[in-house]
Amino acid sequence: MNDEIIFFIDGVQVTGRPGQTIIEAADEAGVYIPRLCHYPGIEAWGSCRVCTVAANGRPCSACTQPITTGLVVENDTETLREYRKSIIEMLFVEGNHFCMFCEKSGDCELQALAYRMGITAPRYPYLWPEREVDASHPDVIIDRNRCILCARCVRVSRDVDGKAVFQFVERGPEKKLTVNAEARLKDTDLDVTDEALDVCPVGALLKKRVGYAVPVGERMYDQEPIGSDIESNTDAAPAAATEVEA
Amino acid sequence: MSEDLTARVSAICGEYGSDAGRMMDIAWRLQRTFGEVSSEAMDVIASETGATRADVESCVSFYSFFSTHKHGRVVIRLSNDVPDRMAGYHRVLGAFEDELGVKCGETTEDGAFTLESTACVGLSDQAPAALINDVPFTELSTDDAREIVRELRKHMDPRRLVHKLGDGNNAHPLIHSMVHNNLRGTGLTLFTSYNRGEAIQKALSMSPVEVIRAVKTARLRGRGGAGFPTGMKWEFTRGARGEPKFIICNADEGEPGTFKDRVLLTERSDRVFAGLTIAGYAIGASEGIVYLRAEYAYLRSFLEAQLEKRRADGLLGESILGHEAFDFDIRIQMGAGAYVCGEETALISSCEGTRGDPKNRPPFPAQEGYLGLPTSVNNVETLCCVAKILEMGPATFCEYGTHQSSGTKLLSISGDVCQPGIYEVPFGTTLREVLEMSEAEDPVAVQVGGPSGQLVGPEDFDREICFDDLATGGSMIVFGPDRDLLKVVEAFMDFFVEESCGYCTPCRIGNVLLRDAVTRVRQRQMEPADIDEMERLAGTVARTSRCGLGQTSPNPILSTLKNFRHLYDELVEEAPDGQRRSFDLDAEVTAAAAIAGRPDGE
Amino acid sequence: MSENGKGTVAAKPRVATTSLAGCFGCHMSILDIDERILDLVEIIDFDKSPINDFKVFQEQCVVGLIEGGCCNEENVHVLRDFRKKCDILVSVGDCATMGGIPALRNTIPLEECLREAYVDGPTVHNPSGEIPVDEDIPLLLNKVFPAHEVVKIDYYLPGCPPSADALWAALSALLSDEPVELPYSLIKYD
Repeated sequence: MNDEIIFFIDGVQVTGRPGQTIIEAADEAGVYIPRLCHYPGIEAWGSCRVCTVAANGRPCSACTQPITTGLVVENDTETLREYRKSIIEMLFVEGNHFCMFCEKSGDCELQALAYRMGITAPRYPYLWPEREVDASHPDVIIDRNRCILCARCVRVSRDVDGKAVFQFVERGPEKKLTVNAEARLKDTDLDVTDEALDVCPVGALLKKRVGYAVPVGERMYDQEPIGSDIESNTDAAPAAATEVEA
Repeated sequence: MSEDLTARVSAICGEYGSDAGRMMDIAWRLQRTFGEVSSEAMDVIASETGATRADVESCVSFYSFFSTHKHGRVVIRLSNDVPDRMAGYHRVLGAFEDELGVKCGETTEDGAFTLESTACVGLSDQAPAALINDVPFTELSTDDAREIVRELRKHMDPRRLVHKLGDGNNAHPLIHSMVHNNLRGTGLTLFTSYNRGEAIQKALSMSPVEVIRAVKTARLRGRGGAGFPTGMKWEFTRGARGEPKFIICNADEGEPGTFKDRVLLTERSDRVFAGLTIAGYAIGASEGIVYLRAEYAYLRSFLEAQLEKRRADGLLGESILGHEAFDFDIRIQMGAGAYVCGEETALISSCEGTRGDPKNRPPFPAQEGYLGLPTSVNNVETLCCVAKILEMGPATFCEYGTHQSSGTKLLSISGDVCQPGIYEVPFGTTLREVLEMSEAEDPVAVQVGGPSGQLVGPEDFDREICFDDLATGGSMIVFGPDRDLLKVVEAFMDFFVEESCGYCTPCRIGNVLLRDAVTRVRQRQMEPADIDEMERLAGTVARTSRCGLGQTSPNPILSTLKNFRHLYDELVEEAPDGQRRSFDLDAEVTAAAAIAGRPDGE
Repeated sequence: MSENGKGTVAAKPRVATTSLAGCFGCHMSILDIDERILDLVEIIDFDKSPINDFKVFQEQCVVGLIEGGCCNEENVHVLRDFRKKCDILVSVGDCATMGGIPALRNTIPLEECLREAYVDGPTVHNPSGEIPVDEDIPLLLNKVFPAHEVVKIDYYLPGCPPSADALWAALSALLSDEPVELPYSLIKYD
């Protein structure tokens, strides 16, 4: 059977296909590996490190590591849960995340991961960086206070929208999201219908005037933890998933 | 003005075929021509090369030697590495600041001078050191600093301030530098005399596969620090699908405290180029790139001349030494101030004209490297060893060193020693022997392998330098009894914060938090439980970071917690009444007290 | 309400609450437990708290609920006092756990904030052009701090405000000597 790769996640046998990464095969098998920068269908990025697993004992990002026959993956272990929690807490103190007035609250993947991990307050001191907000565009706002540098918008704008509106400048803790213009989003060819706007996991890229179309309390992660959709995928064999699509 | 700028920038782009892949070269030319890569210029580069403006800005803003605001005509970059700090960096910086009337990071009002501090410039054996434009200045005193500024005001030409030339090729007109080689314990292999062309001749008499076999027989492992078997790397590259293939020499010697490649490139560039040529032959490449760190730009003209000479002698170019099936040439790619580019995939990104972000692995460079093609990246010293293996034969090479670590290692020794410099020792030499050779003064600790290595104490002095015990890329910084080791740790963490590329979360943020934690320890603001939390965070950064930089960045903390735990324990204390030591009420009301006209906070 | 708990055999555990740099919304949420507050006062006595308007601590308390972070020196003194007088200290609400709305000033230098508020703001009428100064006004801190960056905090109830159910769940657990473990539906940051 050349088109099947059998490997193991936390001791459970999982079947994937050649060319899949650990996270792709796990998703289809109904095993949720927490993630932030990963987004299905676009270039794997490996930057947030939330999906860190141990593959044959070595830590790696599940979104970039290809599966191989017999690979032994650890996912839901105390050590890895602790790493991920630590990373989520780092992201909370790195930016200025004011959930109480963020339009994305309840739909935010960063917040949802914190909820799922039971984080009530980050253990690290807040860094309170000075970050720019760009509200120049008539339909879209960039709030860099909330940006977690996951590059989803960078990749989707470049590879799906074909525009390359977003990019990163500077390095290290100074690294920040920029736009393909001298300074302002309004000077780019971004359009409110661009798919790049739909993939921001946090409230850094927002469409104007639609923020409260769904009331707080009825949002994506208000009742069900992030990952529940994948975990309810338990009987979805890869083949079956393909059939449904076709 | 603007039209003129457009024309000039377009012309520069044209010299590099308006190829976005040559962004580093284009940016360098602009930086040198205009003292900046301005916003306007970025627009021109974008339209000329077809890159997006944001891509241009992304690259330019990444490297510390490029600036998007105007630099002075003379840029003074004082090296702020630990050996420099031990030798008076702060005093010299103060003298520069005083004499120039600006603070570090600023440009004088007349636009003449910019004063900056920079990470290790590869002159730890003659610290404190600075680069003025490209020209290295060594063993600076405060008087030197003042004198330099006064003289420069007259003619603005740092080369004219090089009065006493260094030894060996440092005195070559194309280098013309005051740098000294400080070759101390040498002579086993790498610095021996050799016949030009001999190694290549021998290699070409063998098949590429036989060359790889010889390197494998010699059990050569990469000298940059990671120690990956060179022959295996070449075999993977050779066997990978994709043409053409590339060989890159990693001359981005950025590990603080290392300077061996500086000396190899100064005195044995022919051997480096021979190794690179042999590597090209072995893997099936016809193009080699030397990625030279910006700090060694003063060697560039000399190296270019050496390459030209090799072309004239048939050692580079078409049909090398008459071997019709082997064409090979080498170009030098300048870096622009980014430690992370010493990581091989980041180095490849930089060669491709983008920010120096490391790439995801797999695919490995051997499969998909430079321009997505099979690429082998090898350290300067490794390539010298290759030439040597061909010259002396693998069996003789293996007579040096241990079974797991064959051959010799170049050590760059600095800090509290009477004889700082380059030492070539066979693997298996103990740290104690090295300390004796370099006449260390009452050493209490040694930073082995730079900040990404480990800080060890006397109980480790009998350990052996080799891949399986004390592995090192060669940096050895020795500390005497009066040094504040936690200050050293803090400086190293500062270095990693400065040099993280920012791609992955743990390295980008974790290092800031770790650096701040060390600062708080030093300020007696931590409690015992905070140390445990710091250790946990260090472990998370080490285990979850994406590349070698992040994975090793917590080592200053982890190795001192292991070997010098008492330094922390002495400074931490439980806070009374459930308070947090890190919160200092007096310090937190200073701004309000000043506004209220109550400077004492009362 | 028993105020002489000290020494009496059937002393009820005492709970103190305070609002530091907060908006009292979290205290409103305490009142939102509705009729359950009657159950609560059966089993506890409030000590220092805006709920009973006691200004000073009567006795050592089992639980202290902190609303708000620290924006000035007085907040710090009150918080430190709470830490001493309460066995278990709980950060209640986003201001206590992360600084909250007051911490929006944390990326702006203090003097600029004060000038905007008292001198330069478009709606400000201040002919003297001076920032108010009085020795009775506590000095502001350079930044607003979450409570746990000033004293040790035992439990956190995030939310703006935390729901009455979250508060009830936490108090019920603490008063029956159980650790506070909030279910998914009760951990909310908004």
